[in-house]
Amino acid sequence: MSFPAELRYTDQHEWARLEGGTVTVGITSYATDQLGDVVFVELPAVGKKLEAHKPFGVVEAVKTVSDLYAPVGGEVVEVNGALTGNPALVNQEPFGSGWMVRIKADRPDDFKGLLSSADYEKLVEAQHA
Amino acid sequence: MHRVQTLKHTPFHDFHRAAGAKLVEFAGFEMPLRYTGDQREHQAVRERAGLFDISHMGEFRVAGGGATEFLNRMVTNDVAALEVGQALYSPMCRPDGGIVDDLLVYRLEQHYMVVVNASTCAQDFAWLEQHVPAGVTLADESDRTALLAVQGPRAAEVVRGHVPDEVLALDYYRFTAAPVFGVRALISRTGYTGEDGFELYFDPASAAQVWQGLIEAGSRVGLELVGLGARDTLRLEVGYMLYGNDIDDTTSPLEAGLGWTVKLGKRDFIGRDVLVRQQERGLTRKLVGFDLEGRRVPRHDMAIAAEGRVVGRVTSGTFSPTLQRPIGMGYVESKLAARGTALQIRAGETELPARVVARPFYTHGSRKT
Repeated sequence: MSFPAELRYTDQHEWARLEGGTVTVGITSYATDQLGDVVFVELPAVGKKLEAHKPFGVVEAVKTVSDLYAPVGGEVVEVNGALTGNPALVNQEPFGSGWMVRIKADRPDDFKGLLSSADYEKLVEAQHA
Repeated sequence: MHRVQTLKHTPFHDFHRAAGAKLVEFAGFEMPLRYTGDQREHQAVRERAGLFDISHMGEFRVAGGGATEFLNRMVTNDVAALEVGQALYSPMCRPDGGIVDDLLVYRLEQHYMVVVNASTCAQDFAWLEQHVPAGVTLADESDRTALLAVQGPRAAEVVRGHVPDEVLALDYYRFTAAPVFGVRALISRTGYTGEDGFELYFDPASAAQVWQGLIEAGSRVGLELVGLGARDTLRLEVGYMLYGNDIDDTTSPLEAGLGWTVKLGKRDFIGRDVLVRQQERGLTRKLVGFDLEGRRVPRHDMAIAAEGRVVGRVTSGTFSPTLQRPIGMGYVESKLAARGTALQIRAGETELPARVVARPFYTHGSRKT
């Protein structure tokens, strides 16, 4: 499995993309492969303050449930409303239209502390071994 | 992380790999969890047909003059009432009424075949062996038996032309010995999905012939491969028990709503005294089905609350692909078992409002009755 090089990752299988001071967050293709069909994504309201590494939402799949963890701290500035009517986007395009929230990062530099795609790939391989 | 290296494989393992299945450990076997997607596989079975490898299940052969009396003492349903060519679903209980396993008993001309859950196969065999009387033989034939299920409203179309017509004429819970794709098999009209279908027992040496035959014949009706994920959502929609979740050695068949499989009027069987007492005194708890508003899903072992206190635990829960809403089952105090009763499922910090509904949740299956 390989993962987009321009993104950063958490050990809980979220990805993060930094644009300006805003971080877009979703879950990886490895996570969706583990979860199976996503049927619901519970996301925070716009304006909510998130703490880094703390749960901020829930992904319900047919067979299992998983918490979402914030890669960085900050304020939610946008949530992906399309997931309400079509949660399957998370399975179809985990790195694209299946994104979940945009966070205005308190400290954009925290982004650099996240895993690189190469490190994340190693982590996934280790979990599979 | 520790990796178990000794997982057993079914005779169809290579086919699962070739089909790109996501494989998981289940009851000591490496089994397909899903091939394409839980909901797609589920829908295929509800609308067309699905093929399941369930060779992990256990098969015992019970023979000898006293076999009927022996099995009738071991299980709660009435084995003596079976005709040759008929199968029976039954719990097998401990003296305290707890369930050792739920199983199928097939009556053949000279012997019985008992089909048990993979997760309990070894314990079941030990339990039966412990009670087997002189003159009755018990043999574990699990490793010599391949088992496939073809399920769905178009299951009969899949096998038509590849089995004798007598197979297509079988009633529900009837079986016959007949060739399928030229392979000698025992074929029963049984299943775990609420749909019409067949279960095929045969020699693992012929695994490829039957598998490929079914895939090819099934392509005409849109047959899909189905993993354990959809197997679980299919069975839960029709309220079937999953041993280890909904029933176990701490629950009685009466509490689980399996009273129709408990024949208190037949001669003595293990667990009868306790079950008679439960019947007389009334049950303190019952297994109920519930559904939920919204999209949060109840999961195994979540607490069930009512009136601000915990009244039970979720035994099974899922998002129902057919009904497109969350459903679940769990034991609650008997007075809370009435249809329409409001319950709350505790999912971490969140309380999910639920209400008791009739089981089965889904009643439009093509299953013969």
